[in-house]
Amino acid sequence: MNALIESLVFYGIAALILGSALGVVCSRNIMHSALFLVLCFLGIAACFLELQAGFLGMMQILIYGGAVSVLIIFAVMLVMNERSENTNPDHGEVSVKILALLVSGGIFSMLALAIRYSSYGIVNSSAPSDGMGVLASMMMGNYVIAFELAAVLLLIAVVGAIIISKGEDEVC
Amino acid sequence: MLSLNHYLIMAAGLFAIGLYGVLAKRNALAVLMSVELMLNSVNINLVAINRYLHPGEGTGQLFAVFVMVVAAAEISVGLALIIGIHRLRSSVNLDDFNLMKW
Repeated sequence: MNALIESLVFYGIAALILGSALGVVCSRNIMHSALFLVLCFLGIAACFLELQAGFLGMMQILIYGGAVSVLIIFAVMLVMNERSENTNPDHGEVSVKILALLVSGGIFSMLALAIRYSSYGIVNSSAPSDGMGVLASMMMGNYVIAFELAAVLLLIAVVGAIIISKGEDEVC
Repeated sequence: MLSLNHYLIMAAGLFAIGLYGVLAKRNALAVLMSVELMLNSVNINLVAINRYLHPGEGTGQLFAVFVMVVAAAEISVGLALIIGIHRLRSSVNLDDFNLMKW
């Protein structure tokens, strides 16, 4: 019974994620694409929570559902200078679309075959109850240099984004 | 019964959808959104493999955190570039961005 509910939840989340991802790619209005993207991020957060990665689920909601989606929606509003019905067109040439379909479908089927025919050493134990503590001790322990580098990278990205979007003569 | 393969197949589907968006879209913002989809599918893979193969450790989750950080940096710089080029060309169509082509 428990396994049935678990798989039902998984299929619901998977349908939400894949459906809204298709909405991002297929909708003709860029604003609808952005809103579908937010839905997709929230579905991925639910997927993390189902995988017992609570910290990552919360990070996903905060960073993607909050910050990145607001950034994308603001950028969409800033650059939308025509009527919104046809702001997100496909590539004009049909050959490019067919090529893209072939490439992505080929990669998907290759990955699916590889996943189907490989075997893993599945460990049947539950995740530690203090998952966040494990993560924190890794961040401040073995991986502290990567952690600090990530902080520096974020700082550089923020400064770079300000300078690029304002123009260098306006900033200085 | 739910297994690792379910998550991996779902992530592969998300990756393929994002790849199609990157290749077939002309709006630069839509391409950035599709790149975000691809990065998120990689995150799902990392977390699922961490959960099923090494549930006691958090290495996969930590990698997912770093992927998130890099994705946030990428999206902020990418949107700044798009806004900057929109002021120059008043367009976000990738076919119009041939400034550096000779």
